[in-house]
Amino acid sequence: MNLENGARPAAIELIGVSKSFGPVKANSDIHLRVDKGTIHGIVGENGAGKSTLMSILYGFYQADSGEIRINGRPVEIRDSQEAIRLGIGMVHQHFMLVENFTVLENVLLGAEGGALLGKGKAEARAKLAALAREHGLEVDPDALISDLPVGAQQRVEILKALTRGAEILILDEPTGVLTPDEADQLFEVLKQLRAEGKTVLIITHKLREIMAITDSVSVMRQGKMVGTLRTAETSPDQLAEMMVGRRVLLKVEKGPANPGLPALTVENLTLRDGAGVERLKNVSLTLRRGEIVGIAGVAGNGQSELLEAIAGLRKPSSGRILLDGAPIPHDPRALRELRLAHIPEDRHKMGLVLKFETRENSILGYHLDHRYGGALLNNSAIEAECQSQMEAYDVRPPNSRLKTANFSGGNQQKIVLAREFERGPHVLLIGQPTRGVDIGAIEFIHRRIIEMRDAGKAILLVSVELDEIRALSDRVLVMFDGRIVGERPPETDERELGLLMAGVTGAGAGPGAGTSERGAA
Amino acid sequence: MSQPAAKLPFWVDFGLIPLLNLVAAFAVAGLVVAVIGENPLDVARIIIYGAFGYGEGVGFTLFYATNFIFTGLAVAVAFHAGLFNIGGEGQAYIGGLGVALVALGLDPYLPWWLLAPLAVIGAALFGALWAYIPAVLQAKRGSHIVITTIMFNFIAASLMAYLLVDVLNPGAGSMSPGTRFFNAEAVPPRLSEILAPFGVDLGGSPANLSLIVALLAALGLWLLLWRTRLGYEIRALGHNASAAAYAGVPIARVIVIAMLISGALAGMMALNPVLGDQGRLLLEFPGGAGFVGIAVALMGRSHPLGVILAALLFGMLYQGGSELAFEKPSISRDMLILIQGLVILFSGALENLFRPAVARIFAPRAA
Repeated sequence: MNLENGARPAAIELIGVSKSFGPVKANSDIHLRVDKGTIHGIVGENGAGKSTLMSILYGFYQADSGEIRINGRPVEIRDSQEAIRLGIGMVHQHFMLVENFTVLENVLLGAEGGALLGKGKAEARAKLAALAREHGLEVDPDALISDLPVGAQQRVEILKALTRGAEILILDEPTGVLTPDEADQLFEVLKQLRAEGKTVLIITHKLREIMAITDSVSVMRQGKMVGTLRTAETSPDQLAEMMVGRRVLLKVEKGPANPGLPALTVENLTLRDGAGVERLKNVSLTLRRGEIVGIAGVAGNGQSELLEAIAGLRKPSSGRILLDGAPIPHDPRALRELRLAHIPEDRHKMGLVLKFETRENSILGYHLDHRYGGALLNNSAIEAECQSQMEAYDVRPPNSRLKTANFSGGNQQKIVLAREFERGPHVLLIGQPTRGVDIGAIEFIHRRIIEMRDAGKAILLVSVELDEIRALSDRVLVMFDGRIVGERPPETDERELGLLMAGVTGAGAGPGAGTSERGAA
Repeated sequence: MSQPAAKLPFWVDFGLIPLLNLVAAFAVAGLVVAVIGENPLDVARIIIYGAFGYGEGVGFTLFYATNFIFTGLAVAVAFHAGLFNIGGEGQAYIGGLGVALVALGLDPYLPWWLLAPLAVIGAALFGALWAYIPAVLQAKRGSHIVITTIMFNFIAASLMAYLLVDVLNPGAGSMSPGTRFFNAEAVPPRLSEILAPFGVDLGGSPANLSLIVALLAALGLWLLLWRTRLGYEIRALGHNASAAAYAGVPIARVIVIAMLISGALAGMMALNPVLGDQGRLLLEFPGGAGFVGIAVALMGRSHPLGVILAALLFGMLYQGGSELAFEKPSISRDMLILIQGLVILFSGALENLFRPAVARIFAPRAA
């Protein structure tokens, strides 16, 4: 940082920006100053208003009041075209790419430059080549997006912004889908962009990244800007406290595990999806009572399929799954009766019926239980069940008649956890327990999972958050391309796990790394 | 964060907004009427008087509404399971065959009060049967239910034409394709006959006991959907099939059951015209009621009570419209189809036309 505050106009300046949706104040009186040529982080819990603020900057929403200045000039950003003209580029959390277009076609999209594509294509190709030279952003312009790994797709998003002349780059949760290695590559690119005088704004909830890459950081809470700090002068604990408004335990406290008898055994499991692609290749594992086994891996390497196969939702092509020594039935209903509970990875897609009243969701999967009535459902029994679940898991607001869609992510997740944990399961399959959940709720959920372990439950945990895997697990299995490529203790260096997750198995074989695979090192 | 959906008071959501949509539909229809040189207020008066102004008109309105309650409920239950049953027309048609076979076979032996319950079963059974094949194709093979049910409408039409011309036709003396008349003792009394002693005059209108059956079906469907486990599973499937699979709902079976219920309800529509009115099975008796059921279910938001209200509205348009065509020769039946189309357009397709504005007015108060 070679610029003093106020010496020159800031790249972005927000003065008293407010935005309401009906009665909800998403942003109230936001002041923000981002200096040119810096990397600035914005942290905050879900619903703190980060995304709304970025949407205002990118012209998706108009602020109700307040002023936006870009490079010192007051502007009105009415749509994203306007934002692009002002030199603002955005990389969304969920990429806005056309999967069956090539890189070049995606870069061209929205800037075709005429009815015929020839001239625009040639120009875009030249620009891409220049950018690749200057920034080391190498991507094959003729590759199909669907053929590219996630890290490269993100690079295309950045290229798209740069070819349109972006001087200010906004990245929304950029590392959510990346391996640690890919994230590092991204950070290198961002640092280089900074060196060339471009301004980068990163929205994230990962405090470690904030510490690693930003020059300064702003914290939002409940639609308000709580403060802006120089990164060098703060700590993750301080940021977490500012985000939540109270002291938070970032580290999970847990004692040593007392593994008992095996509860769940997976033997040589192979699974093909509908298209005949092998998603699981000869996977074997043993899960004991009283331990948490974490499955680490980049999303899409077979973890979901493994979880769903064990939960009876997918039929394996070969291999066996044994619960207490007996092959499992291929039926989620029967598995629930055998005390196997499943927290699905995606609560919106699978764990909940969002349009149901919450009390209806509180019995989802257990709705045949005679406790909930005879021929007709007994609403007061269901109500009582839901009330006790909401109380035990501190779901807010504790309104059982509210549609589940109207709860925050953290509370929705608590509704799922309460439903599955409160019925005394013996084996727990837990997928992404804290995805899209705010820090306060994460602490709560982690504590509950440890409690279940200490109560002697066997827990299989899948998460794309390596930190979470390392914090909760007693053993870590790493999956890559449908195989388990190694087992490590949770204390293992993050770098080593990261390499395993990327399929590089050369690095020091640990115990149980028997299924060694030749990596692409 | 996404834009929080403003929660509106119940009466606004289910009263004011549908009313605004209706008013808009009638306003546009009024413009069209004005363009062809008629007075819109005059036309509105004729329609409303025709539908509700005198006993016989009310009876006809109820008669048409009965058809639409059945077919509306049929579409609604399929909607709840996430299925779009466009085959109500065909299922109703085949349901009529069920009614006719029961009546033709048993009318020499049974009085109407014994025959009618059997006819209800016949109608439901045949309607369900006609929905069964598309249902199984959807559940087991993934053939899209919209396509298969449309095709089954055509098959039903051809099959019935063949049966009514070549098989069930009494032959000598019959000018129209249809069965013989059922024995008069086997036909249930009309509402006009039942209510006459109480001083209610429904004139010669064909409204009959099928209306009671329709209302009971609506109540039964409400109970099924919101108070039973099957209904719970149907709704879970309709809202989120993955969540239903996760919950262990036997998806293929629930799809088939929901379609059987849908087909049965559509089939029961046949009771009204076949047994209740004409006393015989005639070619093309459903007359598009199966399709109107789609609009009725859309407008009634797939809720049994909403379906009843929407069915009454469409019953009114049908009856008032016939009256209008009689009184104003310049306004043809096509004009009525236009008005019905506008109602469907504004209350179905353009449902969200007024919502944002209304939400702005009422949302702060709701907070």
